[in-house]
Amino acid sequence: MENELRLAPSGDLALVASFGNEISEALNTKVRGLMLALEKVKVDGIVEMTPTYCSLMIHYDPLRIGYEALCGKVRETLGALDDIELPEPMVIEIPTLYGGDYGPDLDYVAKHNGLTVDEVIKIHASGTYRIYMLGFTPGFPYLGGMDDRIATPRLETPRTKIAGGSVGIAGAQTGIYPIDSPGGWQIIGRTPVALYDPLSNEPILLKAGESIRFVPIDQATFDRLSREGRSGTTEGRV
Amino acid sequence: MTEGRFIEVIKPGMLTLVQDLGRYGYQQFGVPVAGAMDQFAAAVANHLVGNARSEAVLEMMMLGPELKFGFAGSIALTGADLSPKINGSPVSMWQTLVVQAGDVLSFGGLKSGLRGYLAVAGGIDTPLVMSSRSTYTKAALGGFEGRALKAGDQVPVGADVSGVPSVLLAVPAELIPVYTASKTIRIVMGPQDDAFTEAGILTFLDNVYTVTNECDRMGYRLEGPSIEHVKGGDIISDGIAFGAVQVPGHGKPIIMMADRQTTGGYTKIAGVISVDLPLLAQSKPGDQIRFKRVSLEEAHELLKAREDFYSEIPEMAAAMPINLADARTSISQDIISTRLFRLNVAGAVYDVKVEEVRV
Repeated sequence: MENELRLAPSGDLALVASFGNEISEALNTKVRGLMLALEKVKVDGIVEMTPTYCSLMIHYDPLRIGYEALCGKVRETLGALDDIELPEPMVIEIPTLYGGDYGPDLDYVAKHNGLTVDEVIKIHASGTYRIYMLGFTPGFPYLGGMDDRIATPRLETPRTKIAGGSVGIAGAQTGIYPIDSPGGWQIIGRTPVALYDPLSNEPILLKAGESIRFVPIDQATFDRLSREGRSGTTEGRV
Repeated sequence: MTEGRFIEVIKPGMLTLVQDLGRYGYQQFGVPVAGAMDQFAAAVANHLVGNARSEAVLEMMMLGPELKFGFAGSIALTGADLSPKINGSPVSMWQTLVVQAGDVLSFGGLKSGLRGYLAVAGGIDTPLVMSSRSTYTKAALGGFEGRALKAGDQVPVGADVSGVPSVLLAVPAELIPVYTASKTIRIVMGPQDDAFTEAGILTFLDNVYTVTNECDRMGYRLEGPSIEHVKGGDIISDGIAFGAVQVPGHGKPIIMMADRQTTGGYTKIAGVISVDLPLLAQSKPGDQIRFKRVSLEEAHELLKAREDFYSEIPEMAAAMPINLADARTSISQDIISTRLFRLNVAGAVYDVKVEEVRV
């Protein structure tokens, strides 16, 4: 099963290890597994790695490791994956205040899908969403697993500024804007938790291959968590 | 306050940024690497003043700034020739220069290339953000307050451990890069070269592509014959390396540069080899590029040779003692040609006239 692995150079400083060409939890799990395993076996010459939906980009220093040697390490590590103990995927809880000023499109999402606002919140907050990768802007998560019952097309005219922390829906996808940015997503709520804090020890809260869950909160909790910063985040394991 | 370990910005120039070799380790979180566009020029400038290669330098685009030094020390200018002057007198590039407190560095105009670099002994000492001083302006990250320099800024400079050097260094003239308007850029094919037809790959390798006005720190859009895909230019997003040659559905290549996003959903036909990225970083709208395919082994050999070059810089003592007075030779200003450019910088459009002069 594992050997749909394809290795290809991207320039002279990166190697792409791809497992296929589809968005699926199975392939993304392989990406996560390979990355964690390579981190664990500590291959000299690997500079850093960029995990995406179904491939892993390995940035390397050719003065320390050759391309063929690196390919060998990747195959070897993948072959031994069953014997390498990897941490369980984490579920990161994202406290979210739905609707009101922070979720101006919540009513539209409900109307579009013939649901009540409470039903939309319930459906959105009951899902566990896999973080397939981070990209687009620092800390922006590409999430999978949203319930089709709340799928809603993007705004016809994108907003010029969406506040950092905004939680939105675009088609069959849900996501969170880590920083203020323009965008066309239907905004249904906002989290007080900073996904991106460049001066913190852990500048980006989320990590590819983990999952998140949205937890509805009220205004008082939102205000309290805003004051407390990151310490308000709860993390659990499944 | 006029003296201290800082550089005072009198005029900011068109786009002057603090950059080091880039912000590594955070691409998995979607944080672009940024860093010097021309890593060779930045590295050589640092070596010429006795810095580690990873120290931050100033990257100055097209029209240089006017800067006043608050301290005495050594500096070096590399990359594009922006006609540097100290206290109004022309000075040489690609060598160690000594400045005194109160000296003013200014620039006359662009002669060749696009991006000049200034290294200062001790390095530009803005705070490290995520282990780097590189500026990524789109997210206001790193560098000097996350932005291009402005008039009145006082840019901090680190302690100079080496002091005023007894031996000044100079890159021999024959080893200084020449930035021509027409160039061959070497590439390694992949990772998605199989997404193109055989005819498409031949189109890419056999034609000349022109740098368009849409070229910035994020990427260079090229104009030229459309490159044919097997079935479309979209893929499931994967990682993007420095120099990746993306070809979206329209068939025109876009070369991803220092401020590139970490991931993207377009097919990448090839990647520019690292030793040729500096040539690209010095390209201007209208410049012509021909791609040449090389093997990965060759690319790595060239990279090793470049590494040897860096290690030889400390031996490149200037043939004669250099001092400012010697460097203040007059330069004749015969204009060979004039080119006009329209450039987008941070949302503003600039019309720039470049006079190529005979020296």
